Amino acid sequence: MLKTFPKGGIHPHENKITSAKAIKKLPLPKTVYVPISQHIGIPSEIIVERKEKVSIGQVIAKSGGYVSSNIHSPVAGTVTKLDKLIDSSGYKKQCIVIRTDFKDQSNFEIIDTPLQTEIKLSETEILQHITDYGIVGLGGATFPSHVKLNIKKDKIIDYLIINGVECEPYLTADHRLMLEKAEEIIVGIEILMFALHIDKIIIGIENNKKNAIDNFKKLTTNNNKIKVAALKIKYPQGSEKQLVKSLLKREVPKNGLPLDVGVIVHNVGTIFAIYEAVQYNKPLIERVVTVTGKKVKNPSNFWVKIGTPVKDLIDEVGGLPEDTRKIINGGPMMGKAIKNTDVPITKGTSGILVISEDEAERKRSKNCIRCGQCVFVCPMGLEPHLLMNLTEKRMYEKAFNEDIMTCIECGSCSYVCPSHRPLLDYIRFGKSIIKKLETDKN
Amino acid sequence: MNNQPIIISASPHVHSSRTSKKLMYDVVIALIPAFLVSLYVFGISALIVTSIAVISCLVFEFLIQKYLLKTEITISDGSALITGILLAFNLPSNLPIWMIIVGSLVAIAVAKSSFGGLGFNIFNPALVGRVFLLISFPVQMTMWPTAVENNTAIADAVTGATPLEIIKEGLMYGETMTELTSKIPSNIDLFLGITGGSLGEMSAIALILGGLFLIIRKVITWHIPTIMLITIAIITGIFWLVNPEKNANPLIHILSGGVLLGAFFMATDLVTSPMTKKGMVIFAIGIGVITVVIRKFGAYPEGVSFAILIMNAFVPLINTYFKPRRFGSKIKSKIV
Ligand code: SF4
Ligand code: SF4
Repeated sequence: MLKTFPKGGIHPHENKITSAKAIKKLPLPKTVYVPISQHIGIPSEIIVERKEKVSIGQVIAKSGGYVSSNIHSPVAGTVTKLDKLIDSSGYKKQCIVIRTDFKDQSNFEIIDTPLQTEIKLSETEILQHITDYGIVGLGGATFPSHVKLNIKKDKIIDYLIINGVECEPYLTADHRLMLEKAEEIIVGIEILMFALHIDKIIIGIENNKKNAIDNFKKLTTNNNKIKVAALKIKYPQGSEKQLVKSLLKREVPKNGLPLDVGVIVHNVGTIFAIYEAVQYNKPLIERVVTVTGKKVKNPSNFWVKIGTPVKDLIDEVGGLPEDTRKIINGGPMMGKAIKNTDVPITKGTSGILVISEDEAERKRSKNCIRCGQCVFVCPMGLEPHLLMNLTEKRMYEKAFNEDIMTCIECGSCSYVCPSHRPLLDYIRFGKSIIKKLETDKN
Repeated sequence: MNNQPIIISASPHVHSSRTSKKLMYDVVIALIPAFLVSLYVFGISALIVTSIAVISCLVFEFLIQKYLLKTEITISDGSALITGILLAFNLPSNLPIWMIIVGSLVAIAVAKSSFGGLGFNIFNPALVGRVFLLISFPVQMTMWPTAVENNTAIADAVTGATPLEIIKEGLMYGETMTELTSKIPSNIDLFLGITGGSLGEMSAIALILGGLFLIIRKVITWHIPTIMLITIAIITGIFWLVNPEKNANPLIHILSGGVLLGAFFMATDLVTSPMTKKGMVIFAIGIGVITVVIRKFGAYPEGVSFAILIMNAFVPLINTYFKPRRFGSKIKSKIV
């Protein structure tokens, strides 16, 4: 039997149209727009000036604190502007704009490196590389990786889980990476095993990526420390808490982290980035992005430099379809709708999804018919209809007591509600108000 | 690109495409087999009763929404249609038309609209309509069509009283089950639907078919019907084992009267049933227990409607006390 989490979950149409498409290199962008807050935590501090020449991989904004990350120049070129521009969040964020210097040969330096299996660095050096080279979680959460890997002495960690689930419909970036860079990912895992002294590893992959599962199984046949687990296709299987529960039957406590049950979870993309940072001193300046949509002419997976405007990617796949009504940064369940294609790709962008007319508009919300569907599908055991109701009535304290803060914003409730109630919209709103009330109190 | 503006909205950006309307029409489809059986047994009068109930429910809903509440007209959402059908299914096929209309008015106006419309009502509207009629017009509501009033060939088998009435009365006058068994239709007849009673409670097989359809289509879950039936079977089974001459066997209890109609279509009403699986189990056990208690000790031979309505009243409480288990609320797993 395939493993999965016991409570809730949905199965939206998978629509993985790009799963057989090899990752192509996107041509160098003319200009990159690099936001200084691409990760969760404190924004980085800009350390370059206007008109300054920068080389590829040079630090252009340094980590602003412990929970922060360095940002490196994705290209060789000249800083043309330091300006506030709209990013995928919809807000204006400080960006470093760099015009690419096409003559600079170093632009092509770091790509296509041969497999390097021997680990030469010490444990502390490895962690230092991960910190210095700006590695953050590439699964979407963009949590600085060095924080996750810095384990306090009193914590016992016995499992490292590699998240190759990719449960969001449409997205295939992780899938392709697992097929094309499997050996590198294994080395990446070995690096972490060595640095963290963990010898139990599980790679969790949803069963719609059988070739990736087989591939890893083949590569690890003689390795009794790394296990490959096929998971049932169920959203949100890739959510950390659900994944830990599925694979180890351990339940991360309310408001806790996988760390509290002895587990560290890393996305496959992050592992690959760690491999490159440790073995090749390569900072995180590019990532795999799926560009897709039912009407997109030539949906593809790309290696994209951080800061590349979405426009460049759309041009590569044949332009926006006629009836485009929505452009999403990420997948259809958790991605953010963006206003236009000027928005840059950041470390957290796993896909760009173009949605047409017929699917873009939300249906009008009707009365709750108390069908309980939202309750059944909530993987966190919440009652979304109640949380929406309480938020609507501004009963935030009650909502708090009903565990509104533990909502992982997976969207399963809104997805399933037959009355099209905007459950997650209200829950998000309620959460933000409560967060604000709490900070005001302190 | 076209000149339509780009839409910005929060995630999720896709929807399951299941709408409340579709759910409602699935219920209507599930009721078709039972309706066909009632047509076969009662002939044209089944059609008349059902159409009157459906039309009056729709008309009342429309009038109330348009002139009283002055809100959006939602008669196409399927809910009033279902109320009409279910009300009809709970009536004798020869009930005077004006009574059907009164029942529909009570169902829509009192049980539904006065609570705030679809989703806000506590009690199953069709059952409220039915119980109102039963209390107001007990004679007409328990006068079942006999062979004379009904011209179909099959109607010969239809007696003037329901099996449950025969049993209840017989036992009261000191007859034994052995004597009574010859007076009620065989289990096979009960199963196929050749018996006396309300329009829609005729055929067990038709109701089970409809119920299975709803479960397969995931409109309802198995919890309420299954647990309710098991509860009734267990309790009546105990009585029967203790004294088989004074108590009908569980099969008769389940196959006759409104148990199956209630289990699959009335107790499972989305709006008036609990929203968690735990709650559903409690709710279903409650209905089962109350049904048997009324049948055995109450004044009425039939208790399903009352049982469901009583448990409807407890649903808000059940929802408050039987919450889903929050993820991470109890740490069972330990680090090994
Ligand atoms: S978005 Fe929150 S409330 Fe809705 S299903 Fe997911 S975890 Fe539950
Ligand atoms: S899914 Fe929608 S209609 Fe059903 S209970 Fe939840 S909010 Fe109400």
